[in-house]
Amino acid sequence: MTATQSNVFLALQTNDETRPIIEAIEADNPHAVVHRYPAMVKIDAPGRLVLKRQTVEEITGVEWELQSFHVNLISLSGNIDETEDELVLAWRQ
Amino acid sequence: MAVNALQPGYTGEVKDRVELFHGNHLIYIGWDQHMMICAPVALPLPPTMPFGALISDVLPTTAFAAHPDWPRIDWSQVEWLRSGKPFKPDPGKSLADNGLGHKSALRLRTPGLDGIGATGS
Amino acid sequence: MTDKTTAAAAPKKLSLKAKYAQLTRGLGWETTYQPPDKVFPQTHFEGIKIHDWEKWEDPFRLTMDAYWKYQAEKEKKLYAIIDAFQQNNGHLNVSDGRYVNTVKLFLTGISPEEYSAHRMFAMLGRNFAGVGPQIAAQMQSIDELRHAQTQIHTISQYNKYFNGMHDFRHMHDRVWYLSVPKSYFEDAMTAGPFEGIVAISFSFEYVLTNLIFMPFMSAAAYNGDMATVTFGFSAQSDESRHMTLGIECIKFLLEQDPGNVPIIQRWIDKWFWRGYRLLTLVSMMMDFMVPKKVMSWKEAWDMYFVQNGGALFRDLERYGLRMPKYWEQTVVAADRLSCEAWNTFYNYAAAANFNPWCPTAEDMDWMSQKYPGTFDKYYRPRFEHYRELEKQGKRFYNTTLPMLCQTCQIPLVFSEPDDPTQTCYRESDYNGMKYHFCSDGCKDIFDHEPEKYVQAWLPVHQIYQGNCFKPGTDPTAKDFNPLAAVLEYYNFGPGDNMDYAGSPDETNWLKWKGLAKSGPLKMAS
Repeated sequence: MTATQSNVFLALQTNDETRPIIEAIEADNPHAVVHRYPAMVKIDAPGRLVLKRQTVEEITGVEWELQSFHVNLISLSGNIDETEDELVLAWRQ
Repeated sequence: MAVNALQPGYTGEVKDRVELFHGNHLIYIGWDQHMMICAPVALPLPPTMPFGALISDVLPTTAFAAHPDWPRIDWSQVEWLRSGKPFKPDPGKSLADNGLGHKSALRLRTPGLDGIGATGS
Repeated sequence: MTDKTTAAAAPKKLSLKAKYAQLTRGLGWETTYQPPDKVFPQTHFEGIKIHDWEKWEDPFRLTMDAYWKYQAEKEKKLYAIIDAFQQNNGHLNVSDGRYVNTVKLFLTGISPEEYSAHRMFAMLGRNFAGVGPQIAAQMQSIDELRHAQTQIHTISQYNKYFNGMHDFRHMHDRVWYLSVPKSYFEDAMTAGPFEGIVAISFSFEYVLTNLIFMPFMSAAAYNGDMATVTFGFSAQSDESRHMTLGIECIKFLLEQDPGNVPIIQRWIDKWFWRGYRLLTLVSMMMDFMVPKKVMSWKEAWDMYFVQNGGALFRDLERYGLRMPKYWEQTVVAADRLSCEAWNTFYNYAAAANFNPWCPTAEDMDWMSQKYPGTFDKYYRPRFEHYRELEKQGKRFYNTTLPMLCQTCQIPLVFSEPDDPTQTCYRESDYNGMKYHFCSDGCKDIFDHEPEKYVQAWLPVHQIYQGNCFKPGTDPTAKDFNPLAAVLEYYNFGPGDNMDYAGSPDETNWLKWKGLAKSGPLKMAS
């Protein structure tokens, strides 16, 4: 972990399905910065970003399949690790 | 190794062989520091054409002539480059005898003429 | 999805990992009738060594049931919006008629390459000996076909009302500037499977593709083009999977054998430069073609390549990789690229299938603000000169064919890295013939494999050889007009080419929107 840590990012379409996803990411990644562009939200975070199924489910109150976020995904950056419970983006340096 | 190919000894067809240009040689000509003309031009020219005819008959028919610096060129002061190196063409000799063969690149420099608004444009 | 098996009594759901293991189980069998080298003949000649294909990780572990489910969902969303777009005359909601030229550029310059990518990944799926990459390549092949189809379908609405798009497939194989994307993909497709995947999945999809889709789609949204946003985002939702394939394939290849590292580095150097040259078209789209601008090319290049690409290559340092060769030149040129590109299409307005224009005063002020170090100094005087000529009715057209780079096939429109006022020339001799390049990057690519690039179908040379006229054309006829004959060969009709000001597209746009005719003079002021 250095002072000049590289950002990872996740970009999602702006729509009703992604609102709780973005909220969950903000809750689980206090170090993340959310940029809002026309039709698109880009979330930058130094070093690491996590999206947790459980947080999304707590926000919406319904069961949610993590893989379904692919439908609204625009782009990402970082090494990817995905399970049914969470998606992690991270740089290793 | 001139290509990494599945088949050892593979060679490709040379698409721009001189014999495909109907007796002409392809000559490229660029005008330094005049980037309004977006790129050097490519012209098919007879190798026997005198270099002087290139200046008097051919270049005035190209996009160069649309540049505001064009009428101001003092042709006695023009500097020439062949493959990026300075050379002094003989206007009476042919393109070929001036060392301008198929796919040669010729550049002209016009000191004192620096393009639109002196921006190299 | 009301399925009884989800009830508590049903067997425990498999984890993603276990499901993926079931999908691939036993698919990578040992061949017995033929030796493996004959079944997979393309896996050795590039010098890449693979010791264990099982090490290939697919982090998304997408199984076929999930793939079809999510793809179907994407298609349903997409076609619902396309229907609404067509039923509501959505083409009338874009910011300005000029905007549609970006759609023309997209349809002719990018959509056919989606189809090329579909073909290429089908070949990769066949040629890789491991199950993981076979499945990923097959899914991507299907994705790319979907992208080509949805783009063509969506843009067909614009084709009903605007010129330049009617023969996009025919033009792709003939029009001079379209040989740039075409030859880029053909270069990747005719390489071996490993170079192909490093070229497209890593160097293009992972490192550079954000530069196409993110600004294009954001700009489309900002300019009211619901159709393009929709197909773009639908394609982009697959793109993250493709990007992941790119980074996973790089890590896999680097971890398999230390001898792979220098080979991969050279491919990254080559394909970074090839991709960067291809993006020249995107730079002018961002800075000149969208009436309402989102961000400049320079800002996008800084965000997506310098920052994000920099992070990536710092991460890959542990394998012994470095930033692509000549990346510094791309940063220096970020201040010039879009101006050099747009000037080219302004020069050759007769020969492209869209309608360019001289930037308006407002456009130029935006450029001055975004490019304070270069625009006023090098480019504003040129564009103001053009505007003045237009006012006098003496619009400058370049009617002489340009010198092309043997590698990227773009005319030599780029400046020397250390001098924005001077065209960059590079030259090589091979087998007694001279070859010319726009840059060090393109020269290096040729010098490494000249036998491949001597075969380049360079549009200007083909025209001079007489290969770009329709059958029955007589170039010896007294009234023969070579330019007209070439445009006929391109299937260009009236309004497909030439300036936006005074074009049928402009006339129609003003009529449909109930706007007054501004004419060429006001358009340019």
